[in-house]
Amino acid sequence: MTVEIIVCLKQIYDLAQIKIDTSKRPATEGIAKKLSDFDKNALEEAVRIKEKHGGNVSAVIKGTKDAAKEALSMGADEAIVYNVDTDSLGTAYILAGVIQNMKYDLILCGEASIDEYSFQTGPRLGHALGIPVLTYARKIEMQDGDVVVERDLEKGYEIAKEKLPALVTVTKEINEPRIPTLMQILGASKKKITEMSPFKPDAGVETLSILAIEMKRKEVIIKDVEDLAKVIMAER
Amino acid sequence: MIFVFSEDNETSFEILAEARKLADSSKSKIAAISFGGGEDDYIAGGADIILSINIEPHEDSVVEGISQLIDQYNPEILLIGSTKFGREVAPRIGQRFGAGCATDCIDFSKDNENLIVKRLVLGGRFIATQRFLRKPRIATVPPRRFEKNIDKSRKGEIIKISFYPAETRVQVMETKKKAPQEMRIEEANIIVSVGRGLKKKEDLKLIEALANVFGGAMGCSRSIAVDLKWLPEEHWVGLSGHKVNPRLYIAIGISGQVQHIAGIRDSRTIIAINKDPNAPIFKACDYGIVGDLYDIVPRLTEILKKQS
Repeated sequence: MTVEIIVCLKQIYDLAQIKIDTSKRPATEGIAKKLSDFDKNALEEAVRIKEKHGGNVSAVIKGTKDAAKEALSMGADEAIVYNVDTDSLGTAYILAGVIQNMKYDLILCGEASIDEYSFQTGPRLGHALGIPVLTYARKIEMQDGDVVVERDLEKGYEIAKEKLPALVTVTKEINEPRIPTLMQILGASKKKITEMSPFKPDAGVETLSILAIEMKRKEVIIKDVEDLAKVIMAER
Repeated sequence: MIFVFSEDNETSFEILAEARKLADSSKSKIAAISFGGGEDDYIAGGADIILSINIEPHEDSVVEGISQLIDQYNPEILLIGSTKFGREVAPRIGQRFGAGCATDCIDFSKDNENLIVKRLVLGGRFIATQRFLRKPRIATVPPRRFEKNIDKSRKGEIIKISFYPAETRVQVMETKKKAPQEMRIEEANIIVSVGRGLKKKEDLKLIEALANVFGGAMGCSRSIAVDLKWLPEEHWVGLSGHKVNPRLYIAIGISGQVQHIAGIRDSRTIIAINKDPNAPIFKACDYGIVGDLYDIVPRLTEILKKQS
């Protein structure tokens, strides 16, 4: 069977480039944006499943048109972009609103975005759409109408099977995302990008401030290996 | 009322101790949610009530069970252990109740009746202060963040909940235990990590020997995992690799790029071994020693071996 796949992605700032302004807030002006790392693993996996089974990969992206081009270059067949800032609750409302009108067998998300590290979007979206969720997949197999995943949990791996449609979140170990060739980048310009402007939904959490962390490490320099060993014995 | 749940017992106790402070300041009660067994202990750990559901915890059954308890008891706050299990069930419950959720909160306080939390964002270099706009206020709490506080003289009540979960749809076909070297680095208590100061792949055994003295996990910087591929990416510590929070992080021959530091910021104690006294890692560690790792690591391993 062919597989209709939707991948949810988020465009984020290149975190290493964020500077701290004089009031200790993040200075993000002029900083490059890119697709979040694990979301790219989800897209790569979707493209690999399509290459094996046939079907279609749609990318639904929070971000700008540049993010859409990045996803299309990596192998998505079409991209839908929106750019509304909200929390995880609001994000799930927006994504569910967009996706409920689309055809899908499988939805893939990264386990978390690397700017927020909230691990929420996948589980919330699954609930909002009323479909089962399988988190932390490091392997995905399609088996006639089912998805079988190997979940990477704290104490072991769990192999779980679920009827489609289902939502799966992936870990970074699942694959190595491809770096698009020039041909793929040029080819992407022919693919369809749909820009949407959904209403800003109700959020569940409000951010009052974001401030740089004062590093409060001791910064004690030790001269002798014996003393270092003592510190380690005390701190272990 | 404050609900506390973690499928990991230690984490439950740590959260209960923190919940106790919140409850005492607002004279509210704490209900620990227990899926089978361990009930008296939660009272000693700080709970007033144990809501005991005698079924095997699975993500689906826990979402269903806690949701039914929320309908019944209408708690103000729900604190869940930030294990992989907890990080899945918390947002699912949040979506069900149209409520927000703050992941990996490292600080809790009250502002009038609202709950204020702090969490690390933007690669761990910034701290966000957040409040909740809806109830229940759901937050997940990282393991090992708070100290448990056991008092066997505490009294409390155990309420057995009859609960018939909706049939779970997920079919678990097999579970495989992880070998110690496969344990995820995020869960390690001690991490011995190495960077470009290492000259060749064979020398990893020096680092491994040190890690083995106390059953620590081995970590590495980006260059070792991604550029040189001397270790699989499971060991890569950093913002785009794995974000870790051990009790003790030993950085060996790691200069301390922003990306790496962001990945280790939650560590309790950071020790650096580096021959460059100007390496940025010395500005981000608790204890540092300037010297050649090829000299220091074998000596350190010997001394520690004798002591443990």
